[in-house]
Amino acid sequence: MANRELQRRKREQLIEEKGIIFLDNVRKVYSTGSPALNGITLSIGRGEFVFIVGDSGSGKSTLIKLLLRELTATSGSVYVMGNDLAKLKHRQVPKFRRNLGVVFQDFRLLNDRNVYENVAFAQRIVETPPNEIRRNVPAILATVGLAGKYKAKTRQLSGGEQQRVALARALINKPSILLADEPTGNLDPKNSWEIMKLLEEINESGTTVVVVTHNREIVNAMHKRVVTMKKGVIVSDEEGGEYIDED
Amino acid sequence: MKISTLLYTIKQGFANIFRNKWYSLASVATISACLFLFGLFYAIVANFQSIVMKAEEGVSVTVFFHNEYDKCETHTENQIPTDTRIEEIGQMISARVEVSDVIYISDDEAWANFASDYYGENYAEGFPENPLAGEYSYEVYLSDVSMQDALVNWLLSIPEVRKVNFSEVTADTLSGVNLLIAYVSLGIIVILLAVSIFLISNTVAIGISVRSAEINIMKYIGATDFFVRAPFVLEGILIGLLGAAIPLGLIYSLYNYALNYIVERFEILSNFLNFLTVDQVFGVLAPVSLAMGMGIGFLGSISTVRKHLHV
Repeated sequence: MANRELQRRKREQLIEEKGIIFLDNVRKVYSTGSPALNGITLSIGRGEFVFIVGDSGSGKSTLIKLLLRELTATSGSVYVMGNDLAKLKHRQVPKFRRNLGVVFQDFRLLNDRNVYENVAFAQRIVETPPNEIRRNVPAILATVGLAGKYKAKTRQLSGGEQQRVALARALINKPSILLADEPTGNLDPKNSWEIMKLLEEINESGTTVVVVTHNREIVNAMHKRVVTMKKGVIVSDEEGGEYIDED
Repeated sequence: MKISTLLYTIKQGFANIFRNKWYSLASVATISACLFLFGLFYAIVANFQSIVMKAEEGVSVTVFFHNEYDKCETHTENQIPTDTRIEEIGQMISARVEVSDVIYISDDEAWANFASDYYGENYAEGFPENPLAGEYSYEVYLSDVSMQDALVNWLLSIPEVRKVNFSEVTADTLSGVNLLIAYVSLGIIVILLAVSIFLISNTVAIGISVRSAEINIMKYIGATDFFVRAPFVLEGILIGLLGAAIPLGLIYSLYNYALNYIVERFEILSNFLNFLTVDQVFGVLAPVSLAMGMGIGFLGSISTVRKHLHV
């Protein structure tokens, strides 16, 4: 028990000093080809809203996979919520991910289940008591604007609605960090803006939000911190920056 | 694990079968086909073995002892056994592993049997004395005819034993049939296993493509390996049990029908061939098939899920 408390304090201290996400000179080389990430150093503080932008092949997806602990770095260190991801054992990964909300471009919903079941599933994983699940799911669905749709099958929903379900699922366990990988990639401009507005509200409630995108219009309009990547390195990192397409 | 989680897992295991109807149907059909072939083969082999065993039970060797009426000069006085020694030899024979039964035949019984076989009921006329006097013998029945040679050699090494009657051809034929059944069984089991593995691995491959996205999503949102695996494993076991129950039902009906047909149409055949009853066949086949079905379902689902757990 004392040991756990000690580790928790160490993690907290690390977050205070280095940020809730901290990458130190990270390289990722796949078995075939040149490095996907080549010496990345990046620190994201608690409660920040950060855009990670860049063209295809710039290393954005690899970066997200490292943060999710889907991949491990070839060299350098990746710290998320004070956890050194290289030292995280396979059996510790699920618990780590429960503090990490994640949203994908293709929504990744369980298409054979309804909206309620998709969101409740995230709570069942963390063994939330059934009566709490029955209370929490309608509340979070109301937050993302899907109050009346909890019985609908996900295939019957529009792209924007499906992304809201994914957001509700990512948020229901109150994660410290929300990672959004191209969350507007499959949406029309109206829905894209609604999703971004929701992400901003989530950030305002204290959740760290990291959005990987190449939607220049949104990035430039929101005036948040923008980290630009190119060929596996960070080429700019500016608060209130802009996404400049060099092509 | 909380009870609510366990109940959820069980519910999902059942629900998965209906969610993936076509995959479930393909899996059940594959397992059923394999276990049907296995069951059919088992029923045939079990009957063959039973017939051979029945034939083996009738194979015996007869042991004769030296006696005072024997004019052979090769034996010495102390090679003629006393009643106690004959009894002792009988016990020694009974103690051997290859022996299933030993019957003592006195000289009077031997003459009575011989005479009734060859002269009919009035055999005693013309023979005031027993011509087989002193011909005590043991009729030894074997549990394993392939060991007949070893038994005969051992019997001949006993000084009091004069002669051992046995049929080398019968024993060799039965041993040969036994060996043939063993080889054919092994060959067919290997072929069936290969076919089963091929069919099941193909069905599993379909399952993988259906399930990979689902498993990935579960892992991304923090499900433990157990939480992901448990409903799939339960689903696999249920599919396996269903896949075993269908051929069992089919074979039960077919076997009964075939047995009745043979008994009615080929009465002569059923007089000397003892076919196993459906209960005798299913006493072994049912538990083995159900266990195989469960095993196939369990292994199939485990291998399907495992490939996607490392996300």
